[in-house]
Amino acid sequence: MATALDTVKDYTEAEYKYGFVTPVEEDRFPPGLDEDVVRRLSAKKGEPDWLTEWRVAALRRFFAMEIPDWQKVRFHPIDFQAISYYAAPRQKERPRSLDEIDPEIRRTYDKLGIPIREQEVLAGVAVDYVFDSVSVATTFKRKLEELGVVFCSMSEAVREHGELVRRYLGSVVPPGDNIFAALNSAVFSDGSFVYVPKGVRCPMELSTYFRINAAGTGQFERTLIVADEGSYVSYLEGCTAPMRDENQLHAAVVELVALDDAEIKYSTVQNWYPGDKEGRGGIYNFVTKRGACRGKRSKISWTQVETGSAITWKYPSCILQGDDSVGEFYSVAVTNNRQQADTGTKMIHIGKRTRSRIVSKGISAGHSDNTYRGLVRILRSAEGARNHTQCDSMLIGDRCGAHTVPYIEVKNRTAQCEHEATTSKISEDQLFYCRQRGISEEDAVALIVNGFCREVMNELPMEFAVEAKKLLGISLEGSVG
Amino acid sequence: MLEIQDLHVAVDGRPILKGLSLRVRPGEVHAVMGPNGSGKSTLAFVLAGREGYEVTAGSARFGDEDLLALEPEERARAGLFLAMQYPVEIPGVANMYFLRQSLNAVRKSRGLDEIPAAEFMRKVREQARLLGIGEELLKRDLNAGFSGGEKKRNEILQMAILEPRLAILDETDSGLDIDALKTVADGVNRLRAPDRAFLVITHYQRLLDYIVPDVVHVLADGRIQRTGGPELARELEERGYEAVLGGRLAA
Ligand SMILES: Nc1ncnc2c1ncn2[C@@H]1O[C@H](COP(=O)(O)OP(=O)(O)OP(=O)(O)O)[C@@H](O)[C@H]1O
Ligand SMILES: [Mg+2]
Repeated sequence: MATALDTVKDYTEAEYKYGFVTPVEEDRFPPGLDEDVVRRLSAKKGEPDWLTEWRVAALRRFFAMEIPDWQKVRFHPIDFQAISYYAAPRQKERPRSLDEIDPEIRRTYDKLGIPIREQEVLAGVAVDYVFDSVSVATTFKRKLEELGVVFCSMSEAVREHGELVRRYLGSVVPPGDNIFAALNSAVFSDGSFVYVPKGVRCPMELSTYFRINAAGTGQFERTLIVADEGSYVSYLEGCTAPMRDENQLHAAVVELVALDDAEIKYSTVQNWYPGDKEGRGGIYNFVTKRGACRGKRSKISWTQVETGSAITWKYPSCILQGDDSVGEFYSVAVTNNRQQADTGTKMIHIGKRTRSRIVSKGISAGHSDNTYRGLVRILRSAEGARNHTQCDSMLIGDRCGAHTVPYIEVKNRTAQCEHEATTSKISEDQLFYCRQRGISEEDAVALIVNGFCREVMNELPMEFAVEAKKLLGISLEGSVG
Repeated sequence: MLEIQDLHVAVDGRPILKGLSLRVRPGEVHAVMGPNGSGKSTLAFVLAGREGYEVTAGSARFGDEDLLALEPEERARAGLFLAMQYPVEIPGVANMYFLRQSLNAVRKSRGLDEIPAAEFMRKVREQARLLGIGEELLKRDLNAGFSGGEKKRNEILQMAILEPRLAILDETDSGLDIDALKTVADGVNRLRAPDRAFLVITHYQRLLDYIVPDVVHVLADGRIQRTGGPELARELEERGYEAVLGGRLAA
């Protein structure tokens, strides 16, 4: 098995190795956003009326909202009218079997290191591939169907499992939650849907791979995962985009619902194009991710490794409603060059004896800025609730910034909250020690940073952890010396 | 193997080594002794290529290479190993994992494949056993919370696995109890070979009872003041630097 360090080496040539563009024919709307665009989008997807009207209502809310200014990130105003809200590889129909996938798209995924066919056979991971706006393939369908697990694109779910979608869509992140959630609700083009029936332990990781290809578009996918009573599912999300000088908007919404005794583990490795050294281009990653622990003893665990995007602005959260439910947030956020990240979580304790654990590792290098922003809110009803938060920051060089902004609101006196925070630097001593043992400076940085993040990396499923380790090294290339 | 000529080194603009010359041949063990602050660790660091040690004059050759022109990792890959006086902690990085990364980096630079996992484990376990290092210590984070003695043993373990051509031991004996001292010395003696040399920095004659040196140097005031055989170390132990060096020691 190749070690993380060697693999990092293999990548040293490419600054952002996923930055290529795939030449596929696109079916797309001209730029612009109004009610007509939304209705056409909905019609194109053959959606039922309830959904069309739901989208239109969301759009009205969107137009009435402003971009907030409490976050630490700074960016150019976004011209929502300059974006095309639908771009899809031209294909008569969604391929029925994996063999029917456009060879160019297949090649794209090969280049990304996740060949569509092999992924299915070798890794035993079921993958949904979202290319620009639409889902192009879902692997491992049959096996899942036998267990009653639904794993398909959101479009298909609307057609085939309309009732489930209608019941849960927007139930965790309402369309008016924030401006980007409103936009997503109005124009989401596709995404993944998962339903795990009562008592089923999903036997394989479910995974979605997002790829922005087209220029001048945004990506607005919508993911909904429902784990019925006593079920378990582990879900992985990966993403890349071509290198472009313009900033592209990614405004996703992810909703998770866990009923009694259910558990959802959601892992993300986010590697959208971060822009170049001077801060030109890169993805604006403004996503809303929230999980509802509705049932008793339910559990939702978010693990994220954020290395990409020009700007990352996301707070995967848990609403701990069911008694004895558990929320976890494990995060690594790396910023280099001119990247900005403002990320963290919200843990809302409602039920009795609810517990939450937050482990955040922020690494900043170059001229970047990295903020942890976290809210722990314990409501009066949350008798005996507990939270433990640990925020560690590591600085590489002295031109970057790290900030920790914890908000803690406790309304119940029996609750316990603990918060620990540390800031450290990679020391000259550590670097010299590694180099004296033959390890190059860049590999030494990767090694030390991986060590710093180990608690979080341990939470990732195996095959993802290897990928994530490599990414940490690559993201920090050129950050020392 | 190692040839240092008239080496001058400054730290923060302050001269520490002031014309040091030293020649080590393959197979030899040289001991370097000297008062606190005389520049022993400075010599070790400058040979290993640590930043902040400015060479203002002189040269150092390692084999056929200009040692001072190489990056620290290149020196390590060329076979120079420094067992440090104060080994560094790296949280989150398992001791054994670190050692494997290190060995593979060195092997790679020599055009060798990575060491197979099973072979690596066998090698490490064997050496660890000889050095009295428990399995648990191999799994712990590198040097994190290790006792002083454990850190020193671990340095010797790394040395045994990396099999350097020249090993510099900077006060590897300080902080060791008597049994550990013997274990560590045995570890060094096992590695003695016709094509391998050692530079042993120490304050104590006792270590040299176990690792018998071919040559003993006394470093003071930035220069080698005296060179002799093992008897020089004993003389130092009995009489102290002041008496042995006499007028040569700058006030
Ligand atoms: N980074 C540094 N900054 C300032 N002074 C330094 C630095 N490193 C070494 N020195 C100084 O250089 C001199 C030599 O130090 P060095 O550590 O080489 O001595 P040593 O012979 O190893 O001593 P000891 O026996 O106590 O280990 C000392 O006066 C020390 O204070
Ligand atoms: Mg010293």
